[in-house]
Amino acid sequence: MAAREMTYAEALREALREEMARDERVIIMGEDVKINVWTVTRDLHKEFGDRVINCPLSESGFSGAGVGAALTGMRPVVEIMYHDFTLYAADSIANQAAKYRYMCGGGDFKVPIVFRVAGGGSSGGSGCHHGQSLEATFIHFPGLKVIFPSNPYDAMGLLKTAIRDNNPVVFFEHKLCYPIKGVVPAGDYTVPIGKAEVRREGKDVTIVSYAYTLHKALKAANQLAEEGIEAEVIDLRTLRPIDTECILKSVQKTSKLVTAEEGTKMGGVGAEIAAIVAEEGLQYLDAPIKRVAAAEWIIASSAYADQMGIPQADDILKAVKELF
Amino acid sequence: MPAIEKDTLLKIYSNMVRLRVFDDKVNLLVESGIRITQHSTRGQEATQIAATAALEPTDYVMPYHRGWGWAIGKGMDPKILLSELMGKGTGCCAGKGGVHIADWKLRIMGRPGVQAAHIPIAAGVGLSIKLRKAKDVVLCFFGDGASNEGNIHEGMNLAAVWKAPVVFICENNLYALFTPNIETTSVQDIADRAQGYGIPRAIIDGNDAIAGYEAVKQAIDRARAGLGPTFIEAKTYRIHGHTAMDRFHLGGYRPKEEVDEWEKKDPVKRLREGLMEIRMATAQELDEIGQKAKEEIEEAEKFAKESPYPTREDILRDVYCEA
Repeated sequence: MAAREMTYAEALREALREEMARDERVIIMGEDVKINVWTVTRDLHKEFGDRVINCPLSESGFSGAGVGAALTGMRPVVEIMYHDFTLYAADSIANQAAKYRYMCGGGDFKVPIVFRVAGGGSSGGSGCHHGQSLEATFIHFPGLKVIFPSNPYDAMGLLKTAIRDNNPVVFFEHKLCYPIKGVVPAGDYTVPIGKAEVRREGKDVTIVSYAYTLHKALKAANQLAEEGIEAEVIDLRTLRPIDTECILKSVQKTSKLVTAEEGTKMGGVGAEIAAIVAEEGLQYLDAPIKRVAAAEWIIASSAYADQMGIPQADDILKAVKELF
Repeated sequence: MPAIEKDTLLKIYSNMVRLRVFDDKVNLLVESGIRITQHSTRGQEATQIAATAALEPTDYVMPYHRGWGWAIGKGMDPKILLSELMGKGTGCCAGKGGVHIADWKLRIMGRPGVQAAHIPIAAGVGLSIKLRKAKDVVLCFFGDGASNEGNIHEGMNLAAVWKAPVVFICENNLYALFTPNIETTSVQDIADRAQGYGIPRAIIDGNDAIAGYEAVKQAIDRARAGLGPTFIEAKTYRIHGHTAMDRFHLGGYRPKEEVDEWEKKDPVKRLREGLMEIRMATAQELDEIGQKAKEEIEEAEKFAKESPYPTREDILRDVYCEA
């Protein structure tokens, strides 16, 4: 099989298809997963029959049911249509899936489940109930692993790893990443959970980002290069556990740190990274840490306004330049 | 008297007595200063014990917070149960679960701390049984208080849509914490709500072990035959209140006369008298069961007290599955 070019959405679908073919315990649950607005699970029921389960509009219910199925021999991939809807399912994810094994004393109690969640602001006016970025909410819970890939290669490799993992994984996807194209290798491969990737090497400043914002960070870095600033851009890929080593190594080299994310600033992913660097790498810094994040706002529900509070490449560019 | 085998009836009686002695022992331990959150089973022994007596060993139990009947009834050794309640490393959850009792081999799937969180989980266990083409069933307990949670609605609908092999047992003991359910619950018979999900319902006398066994057995047979879930509401009463906190605080929210009236319906006494009436057992035989239960629970106390606490290293383990 030759290397394939495909979109992020196609890569996710292919990962699901291949995992379902190799392991009959893998099942798909969620709202409208047979036709599927994201196309990620579309038509898989034609190949896998009753292992693709259209669920009622019951995020808490089917997420909890996924936990029950995971405990007793299945490996469910549960789709929650938007980040926003995870708050309905929060108990099933954060109180049940995350804690079940521990509370039962470990041993044979395992919860091999993946919660796939689409989200992010999409310029469509979908607003504050369909456009939030809530990944930071879920990095707070021990027992969970949290992933947020930026490209097709990682999307496929990480989803496969997540499905094969014996722990609950919250797998965030960004709506605007779905059409992004990339090359994925021939045959089966996986990407390890917990490993960040340097997307662009540079010596002057470290920009830590992930998901769709990562692409904005790369754009900013290219512009900065024209002005003589070489930015190193790190794609976190996994948000829990965070690849502390990769971040510290880069900051040691560049002495400057900017974080960039689409979620809001207070208690965000950038706050965690800033805290890690302040605790373990303050001596490397020669300037304050800058966090680029969403404004303290509610995402406006209009196509005209919904990007106004979401960080853009220019915001990252400005934040970096303030350090020089 | 129905056609339930003698061995089964005597097992039910024995387990109800063991549960009562265990429950009393926990009260004494709490009074002695040992910190255990006991939601006493006193007065509610019949349904939990009779229901679990109708299960096969490979069937699942999704327990709830009230009492320990589902654990003892499913075969948990009281010394392992008590050790867990006392936070000892010899407990069924290695001292990490406390009241959240679970046992993989006994298929006790973990007692949730969040009310009704386990209703969708039970539906999911049922889904998994169906997908694996197994023949097991799930017995899922909850109380009248939990019946008002949104997860009841979502979980019941899922179980019904999937025709999941789940038997829902709502023990209606009239109170949630210290609030009478007449203030919080729109119907007198919670089982009425099952109709909204197309789930067949049964209302039973929750203090009648024999009625409980028969109703649950029928529902289990139905689930095992692939016909889907059943909702059983057991009308009962918690003699000792919510926790040790209000064990003697009768007048605060419930009249003493009400408690006295329910004391007369004591399910353990009722089964004892029933068994003697049909000459299935003599008073002496039943007394022997009681005596054995006391000895067993004394031993359990000794075992639990002498058991070591887990180390900090043990306590911090198992947040993730490393394999």
